[in-house]
Amino acid sequence: MLHIVNKSPYERNSLESCLRLASKGSAVLLIEDGVYGATKSGNCAGMVQAAMNDVKVYVLGPDLSARGMADRVLDGVSVVDYGGFVDLVAEHSNCQSWL
Amino acid sequence: MFTSSEDMDTDEGGIVKQFMFVNRKAPYGTIYALEGLEVVLISAAFEQDVSMAFIDDGVFELKKAQDTKELGQKNFSPTYRALEGYDIEKLYVEKESLEARGLTEDDLLVDVIVLDHAEMAAKMAEQDVLISF
Repeated sequence: MLHIVNKSPYERNSLESCLRLASKGSAVLLIEDGVYGATKSGNCAGMVQAAMNDVKVYVLGPDLSARGMADRVLDGVSVVDYGGFVDLVAEHSNCQSWL
Repeated sequence: MFTSSEDMDTDEGGIVKQFMFVNRKAPYGTIYALEGLEVVLISAAFEQDVSMAFIDDGVFELKKAQDTKELGQKNFSPTYRALEGYDIEKLYVEKESLEARGLTEDDLLVDVIVLDHAEMAAKMAEQDVLISF
């Protein structure tokens, strides 16, 4: 299953809910303001790092770059482009967007 | 904003109020940050005492190295550096908001005044008008 989060984890609890309800082996893609969840040294970094034991985390590169955060992606998070976004959707049988 | 036409006569020592624009949203994900900045620029025409506060995800508006080429949206971050030219020089950033997001003053693209939450609270309390984005 693919989970997509587009809200800042510093403003909403979407990412927290997503990580709580994503089962082992799921993929989590962070887009739009959700990309802040994939960045180092903030208060949310620990939560995401811990989740990466069970889920694979991806982040959309163009949204990172727009926000000036491309140089501080958490280790273990994979940066994808728009083509990679399409591939992730195609590879997974279902998808939950945590709006 | 003004109670009578006399108030607008700032050349003759008209009323100057303290306006603070409070920014609490990250850029690009929503329109708030850009709209807030537009209103601040418009406010410069009224010769008031204008300041901006950056709190919570609003601090992300000032992050260096924003590059929106692939996003297809306008990168409005250089506009914060132009505020000085409009005599808007009081940019207050809450220390706790920066720290929670792993940011330091060096990560910001413009000179700011970093205030802790108590100092920010005091600064907000002394305003005549607060406008929130």
